[in-house]
Amino acid sequence: MPLLLEIVTPERLAYSDQVDEVIVPGSEGELGILPHHAPLLAMLGVGELRIKKAATEESFAIAGGFVQVRPDKVVIMAEMADMAAEIDLERAHEARREAERVIETGFHEGADLVAARAALQQALLRIRVAERRHREGPRRRP
Amino acid sequence: MASQRDIRRRIGAVKNIQQITRAFQFIAASRLRRAQESTLAARPYSEKIDEVLADLAAVLGADDHPLLAGRSGGKRLILLFTTDRGLAGPLNTNTIRFASRAIMDHPGDLSTITIGRKGRDAMRRARVPIEAHFAGFGDRPTFADILPLARLVTEDFLSGEYGQIDLLYTRFISTLAQRQVMEPLLPVKPAQDTEGIPGNQFIFEPNPALVLEQLLPRYVATRIYQAVLEAKASEESSRMVAMKNATENAEELIDDYTLAYNKVRQSNITREMIEIATGARAR
Repeated sequence: MPLLLEIVTPERLAYSDQVDEVIVPGSEGELGILPHHAPLLAMLGVGELRIKKAATEESFAIAGGFVQVRPDKVVIMAEMADMAAEIDLERAHEARREAERVIETGFHEGADLVAARAALQQALLRIRVAERRHREGPRRRP
Repeated sequence: MASQRDIRRRIGAVKNIQQITRAFQFIAASRLRRAQESTLAARPYSEKIDEVLADLAAVLGADDHPLLAGRSGGKRLILLFTTDRGLAGPLNTNTIRFASRAIMDHPGDLSTITIGRKGRDAMRRARVPIEAHFAGFGDRPTFADILPLARLVTEDFLSGEYGQIDLLYTRFISTLAQRQVMEPLLPVKPAQDTEGIPGNQFIFEPNPALVLEQLLPRYVATRIYQAVLEAKASEESSRMVAMKNATENAEELIDDYTLAYNKVRQSNITREMIEIATGARAR
């Protein structure tokens, strides 16, 4: 039985396709989901979501939200979902520098430190996911 | 009768206006397309979050989270969505009229949060208390943009100051039709759990109460985000139609003036001919 995976964010439907397996960054650790999984509703952490499909593997940078699992369908509801191939590394690096700058100087300027920290975390995640993909290319499973 | 030059000047002025309204019309049309796309794109998430909330509600009760608990007493808060910019046809007038009726129908202690300048101005004139004002969220509202508003509203409700919080916005039905609606936002009322697998068959990780605690603020934010998007699409479609009408009216006006101009020109020529003829005969 194939497994339908949908990734939705408040702004768009980021992914919708049949997959073989999906590995999700849950709040309590990674969850590997195969078809016929028991119905599950779990909170997501911040991390990398990996999709295994035929001979290829794709990944997304995911932050904040939930995953709903049914035997034939997995729905990811996340605040952020960027496909690794689409991440703009330069922009992510820039966002990281900017966030670090705000955190360094923000104490005196009364900037929103919580937001800056969240931005930094997101930028780092994007960089990690994108760089791994650059190193390894679109992966082929043996 | 106006002179030839006057009429020509007037035609020029109307043509200038027409150029502007036509430009506005095209801008609104392209923004509308974008707004419509974002409204549609945001729907899957909002439907999903409704479904998950219904699943949770099947295993939890209204006592499990303060955002679910209805309460008697407390003030009422209305989130009023209008536009920042004018020239949007009858949209804002209709929204504000709808709002004042909603306020009149249930008098009592009430306050508003206005999103969009037009609503704020109207509420100020009507001396309705405004707790906070947010300038519209630009042409491309993002989910992150509305989070401060969602946080404020949630805190307002949790503080116990307000017993009921409603959304009042214009729903986008089609380019020609938009409808003002008022929907309860807080306390949250989950839908019936009819979709998919019944909620009690789910395993909740780490546990239902924690998931609910994470979900509810997102649900509130999603509802507000949807309202912002609907209001945005309504604004652009209303503006597009208004500007289209204005362009057409200008066209009609130009036709009328051109006719008048030709008449004056013709009578001037006739008069000059007569003058020349009489002049010649007098010689």
